[in-house]
Amino acid sequence: MKLLEMVGITKHFVGVLANDNINFDLNQCEIHTLLGENGAGKSTLMKILYGLYNPDEGEIRLRGETIEIKSPSDAIRHGIGMVHQHFMLVPTLTVAENVSLGLRSSRHPLTDLPAVSKRITELSELYSLKVDPDTYIWQLAMGERQRVEILKALYRNASVLVLDEPTAALTPQEVAELIHVLKKMAADGRGIIFISHKLKEVMAVSDRITVLRDGQVTGEITPAQTNESQLAQMMVGRPVQLVPDRPKIKLGEPRLVIQDLYVDGDRGDRAVVGVSLEVREGEILGLAGVSGNGQRELAQAVAGMRNVVSGTVKVGGKDTTNKHPKVVRQARLSYVPEERLYEGTIPSFAVSDNLILLDRRDKRFCQYNFMHFTNIKEHCLNLVRRFLIKTPTLETTTSDLSGGNIQKLIMARELSGRPKVLLASQPTIGIDVGATEYIYSQLLEQKADGCAILLISEDLDELMVLADRIAVIYEGQIMDILDHQEADLEQLGLLMAGVKENVPWLHRQMAQPLSMA
Amino acid sequence: MPVELAFDFVSNSAAADVLAARRGWSGFFTFTTLVVILSSTIRLAVPYIFAAIGESIAQRSGVLNLGVDGVMLLGAFAAYYVTLETGGPWQGLGAGLTVGMAMGVLYAFITVTLHATQDISGIGIYLFGLGFSDLLFRQLVGTPIPIERFEGVFEFIVPDERLDVPYPNLYNHSIIIYLAFLLVPLAWLTVSKTTFGLNIRAAGENPEAADSLGVSVVRTRYTTIIIGNALAGVGGAALVLDKGIYFQNITNGIGFIAVALVYFGAWRPLGVLAGSLLFSLVTSAVLEWRTLGILTGAAAQLTEMVPAVITVVALVIVTRRIGQPSALTQTFSREINY
Repeated sequence: MKLLEMVGITKHFVGVLANDNINFDLNQCEIHTLLGENGAGKSTLMKILYGLYNPDEGEIRLRGETIEIKSPSDAIRHGIGMVHQHFMLVPTLTVAENVSLGLRSSRHPLTDLPAVSKRITELSELYSLKVDPDTYIWQLAMGERQRVEILKALYRNASVLVLDEPTAALTPQEVAELIHVLKKMAADGRGIIFISHKLKEVMAVSDRITVLRDGQVTGEITPAQTNESQLAQMMVGRPVQLVPDRPKIKLGEPRLVIQDLYVDGDRGDRAVVGVSLEVREGEILGLAGVSGNGQRELAQAVAGMRNVVSGTVKVGGKDTTNKHPKVVRQARLSYVPEERLYEGTIPSFAVSDNLILLDRRDKRFCQYNFMHFTNIKEHCLNLVRRFLIKTPTLETTTSDLSGGNIQKLIMARELSGRPKVLLASQPTIGIDVGATEYIYSQLLEQKADGCAILLISEDLDELMVLADRIAVIYEGQIMDILDHQEADLEQLGLLMAGVKENVPWLHRQMAQPLSMA
Repeated sequence: MPVELAFDFVSNSAAADVLAARRGWSGFFTFTTLVVILSSTIRLAVPYIFAAIGESIAQRSGVLNLGVDGVMLLGAFAAYYVTLETGGPWQGLGAGLTVGMAMGVLYAFITVTLHATQDISGIGIYLFGLGFSDLLFRQLVGTPIPIERFEGVFEFIVPDERLDVPYPNLYNHSIIIYLAFLLVPLAWLTVSKTTFGLNIRAAGENPEAADSLGVSVVRTRYTTIIIGNALAGVGGAALVLDKGIYFQNITNGIGFIAVALVYFGAWRPLGVLAGSLLFSLVTSAVLEWRTLGILTGAAAQLTEMVPAVITVVALVIVTRRIGQPSALTQTFSREINY
């Protein structure tokens, strides 16, 4: 008998058919992957299973019996647990408090934390999910927070466990650990639904794969029967080039020089600690690291949007340290920020308004302080065509576009000025395979044009494919800079976790005088 | 029926003689003055403690209520009117509580069920309370008549006898003052040690997380809003039952200062208590300056600003927002953001 069946699930949102008659099932002891691009309907389907959304049509069967799930408490009662993409944890509470939330305490109305802690310790030993029940969530690293999420489901005795994009914030080692734990939980008789769009992990973890596109199931397959590029094609609906051809470029003069940079974070802590980097003409320098290790502050400092405590930034030979963003822009630096909707665009503006934000004072678009709409329209139509931005009209509100198209819009605006230096932060995070492929091609085109690119990314595969050199940042410090030919995932993963000892290439580096010191 | 004015130091001739002997700065730095100030600090703090503790509980669950002052005014009028009609302060206190709870249901319906913006709704509640309490007062009462007040606790312990303890004015407060101070540990216990308190904190920090574990954010917030408003109503009632009289806008902004005290106290009951006491201490010291003739005329008028200035200065100094619930003022809805 099937552990879980979802039959004929349909869900409309205003103007969108998120799930269109989807059938999905899960066996005991199985890891079943839901694969699909953003907006394909994976998360919607799982939110229906967890009672966060109510379906318009369709039914859910658990061990053959039809059940109704109206709210998360129904789902929990039926033994369905979910690890959400954005962790559902209360940072100011402890691990034990988070786990016991919503459960009846044995000492009601008082809490019963010692007993909860004891049970957490038992469970964490059983599944080697090491975590201290009495620490606060805000003190934990992302990987540890994920363990808490899994423990929450285990504590509630979940027989069906849903993990929505669980590897997004993890280092490669943490991913390997997670896959190990998931396999063990499946072997214990649970059914696990794994949601991802990272093909490599999907191939490694799944017993079965169901692919969704535009709210419909486009195929069901096992890893043995398929490969990564076939899965990508099923997801996107056309052949996808996962690894672009890297143009052979002779590197020129240094275009972006960062020297001994110290920058403070929002909470007054030191976010960037003595970073020195150099990006040359025609080079892509990748900056790897788990998010929150100073990347954001570094990018903002370079773009002139955050004060530098000490150190210098030079763009194209010009000192732009602590200069107004306008000065940095005049030195021909383009910036693709990590937070694309609020930092990269003004969400409530029309597409055309966002496209000319940078050039709004240009004589072509602005005469005697009045906007020249004919020229603006012509210019924007050109950009929309050239950068394949899918938008109904130029007047469409930017926030109504999909993430991929917003990113293309930002790239169009930033690249139309032919920058000398491009600072791109997480340019493909959360966007689909098709748009990612296009953004890769644009980055490589800029490189071929001689642009110096600093590419900040958490996606190591992306950096391996695009970057000439990869620097790893951990707690605001550059751990090391590796040539892309000598870098491998394991080594990068260790550096991202702050581990530097017993690594042979380190001694090689130390034997030479440090160039930037 | 004349009521023994337990706290009024200038009401009898003996006290007036003492006062005459204490005039000026030399009189201010005396032990007697200290006792007077401390005693009136405790009394003045009571409406602040009720309102601010209530507001802090609601804020811990993520709901800001700027209408506290309006609810206090309604509670104050209800307590005054019911006491006037029935002759019993307990009935008055009950009326203040009931009116507060009703306002809580209204405010919860507006902000939780209808997802209205909290700050603007709160201002609406304040204006409603300010206007409606005055309207009711004019229509139902017209001219202020003094009402029965709570007696000091000594009267409960040994009726018709004077208890022989040093400085009775420090202890012989009405029962409601003891209730206010009892509320502080009770609030701490509820928020920090109970499962309901855990739900409150989760709803105020990350309502989505609470919801995903089957905690009803709606029910939690309804409950805390009703508790908060009920305590605001009690605060208003305590004010009226202490003064023994009612007039237009009797709170004179106490509810707004109570909201500020929640920030000042970093959302912790003990911090809120400390803030209430500090504020009342300054207020009563300033009052004493005027009584002792240290400040006269325009200077005396200006000193009325001192408590407000203290509040602003204290809030500026205490800019650390450690402890502020992350989801404060955020409305919660499952499907709203698609």
